[in-house]
Amino acid sequence: MPLSWYLYLAAGLFALGLFGAVARKNAVAILMSVELMLNAVNINIVAFWRYLAPAEIGGQIFAIMVFAVAAAEVAVGLALFISIYNSRKTIAADEINLMKW
Amino acid sequence: MSFWQDPVAVIGQWILDLLISLNLPEAWVTFIYTLLGVIVVASFGLILVIFLIWVERKVAARFQDRLGPNRAGPYGLLQTLADIVKLLTKEDVVPEKADRLVFNIAPILSMVAVLLIWAVVPFAPGWIGTDLNVGVLYIAAVGSFGILSVLMAGWSSNNKYALLGAFRAVAQLISYEVPMLLTMLVPVLLARGMGMVHMVTAQDTWFIFLAPAAAVVFLISSIAELGRTPFDLLEAESEIVAGYHTEYTGMKFGLFFAAEFLHAFTVGVLFAIFFLGGWRGPWAEQAPILGLFYLMLKSIFGYFIIMWVRSTLPRIRIDHMLAFNWKFLTPVALALLILTAFLDKIFSETALRIPVLLIANLVVLAIGYVISSAMTRRQAKERVKFKKRPVAKPA
Amino acid sequence: MTVEQGIFLFISFLILFSGFMMVTRSNLVHAALYLILVLFGVAVLFVLLNAGFLAVVQIIVYIGAIAILMIFAVMLTRGDVTGEAITMNSVFGWGMLLSSLFGFALIIMLGQWPAVTSLAPALPTGWNELVEIGVAFLSPQGFVIPFEVASVLLLAALIGALYVARAPKKGE
Repeated sequence: MPLSWYLYLAAGLFALGLFGAVARKNAVAILMSVELMLNAVNINIVAFWRYLAPAEIGGQIFAIMVFAVAAAEVAVGLALFISIYNSRKTIAADEINLMKW
Repeated sequence: MSFWQDPVAVIGQWILDLLISLNLPEAWVTFIYTLLGVIVVASFGLILVIFLIWVERKVAARFQDRLGPNRAGPYGLLQTLADIVKLLTKEDVVPEKADRLVFNIAPILSMVAVLLIWAVVPFAPGWIGTDLNVGVLYIAAVGSFGILSVLMAGWSSNNKYALLGAFRAVAQLISYEVPMLLTMLVPVLLARGMGMVHMVTAQDTWFIFLAPAAAVVFLISSIAELGRTPFDLLEAESEIVAGYHTEYTGMKFGLFFAAEFLHAFTVGVLFAIFFLGGWRGPWAEQAPILGLFYLMLKSIFGYFIIMWVRSTLPRIRIDHMLAFNWKFLTPVALALLILTAFLDKIFSETALRIPVLLIANLVVLAIGYVISSAMTRRQAKERVKFKKRPVAKPA
Repeated sequence: MTVEQGIFLFISFLILFSGFMMVTRSNLVHAALYLILVLFGVAVLFVLLNAGFLAVVQIIVYIGAIAILMIFAVMLTRGDVTGEAITMNSVFGWGMLLSSLFGFALIIMLGQWPAVTSLAPALPTGWNELVEIGVAFLSPQGFVIPFEVASVLLLAALIGALYVARAPKKGE
């Protein structure tokens, strides 16, 4: 199975995630789409590790770093959304205009 | 190797020879052979449930000074089969506003989550579904499907009691996963490997003698993970009807029920593998069928403790449940993990290894108990101040 | 077609289909469940790529923690759990154009890269990824500083999330 299969799949997944992040209205859905993009990146990282440099463990280490950052991002992001929802009763991204005037 | 010493190896070799003689491509031979293995292990688990439910009912009955099922078949052995027939013939009700697909997948997922654990259980020397080098992590990963099934069931039923049960369940399961995983790492440290076969072969002395406190914490948090009494807040019938499976009828409820029983026994099996030496015992290496017997004996022992706790203790309150986890079990598990890592490294090759680890474990448990009971007492004192409410008097 | 290729095709179909459903469903709990399917598919891909440890970690971290957090957040911020009237915001069309252009550009650029058709080389003999990862994470020549920084990041995220999401006290 050539490397290209994984890369094409990851490109498709990344485009889907990008679409979701740009077009979705609900903030939680946007966060989910960001997770989709992070997963596409992870597929790429691990595929590159396996096909181009299997002797170097660095590829897997980077994937694990992505996991850690994703977990931190989701925890803080969801906390922010819940806090915003408590004060403004909405998490529609285009209605949260606290920082613009 | 004769048939009676190792029937699985003999039968497996026979099937493999048969498949090769059919002149199939090699990939297909592997595929069919693996598929057969999956079917055998899964059916073993599913058939075991029928027996387990009978055992549980009998033991619970004895604890409550009753006889238990005794009509269908000798000693009531066929009672479970009769129950299955009853469940199968019941009407399959799906609530009107329920989310049909999710509603129907949830019970299957709950059973799958338990059966997947059996893929890495070493039943005897050479009898294992697949010996992953990350076996312990795999068990932790599979556990998350169980949480997911509860959440799906509770949400899709479109019933407030089911949703409340699911919320409680997720709060409880995620919290108790922390001490459970931390104490699962203690045997990993002692065995110096995460593979399940390695775990068993490394136990020249059973790990319960090296880490008794870890064993206790593991058992407690596993019982909470099962959602059994005293931790059955997720289906507390006096508060939230039946929790997340309120709306389920017939065999769908039966699947949740069976999954819970099988999970309880699986916890017994894991306890036996992590702390009681798995299949190890006299002559187990020569005759693997003896190994299976030893493993089942030890697992039944663990399962019996779980049943014993279940029939003895009342349900605990939800804030106590969370406080017990975060203020007692998790700190103790963390302390045990760090202490074990240091002490096992320092004393690894010496004769002091067992006594030092044993004493360290007991000391940690004692300190944790003293601190937490002191805290509880202080809180109890503080709470008295708020109790000055007028008491209702009979007219 | 080998068994491996068959599994890959099936899983990539599952991933793309669930990903598409995830970004288009208006019911957010359904979207989260489709997200879980995507994450599970990615874990299977990791197994195909001989990264078993990553696959297991993917399931623990993503399905066991992140996805369940997502479902929780959806339920806590409801009012519009089941079926918002409008799922997409006003720049929906631009988003579709941008992402499809981006995806096609990536695919075309990938097609021009020579290394893309390379096959997987054999893993080194005596390869034990657990040992390799453990050594890499804890040796000073390896990744010990990123590892520690990641742990600090997680701690900071934990405390920050607790502080932000805490229910406001009365009179605040």
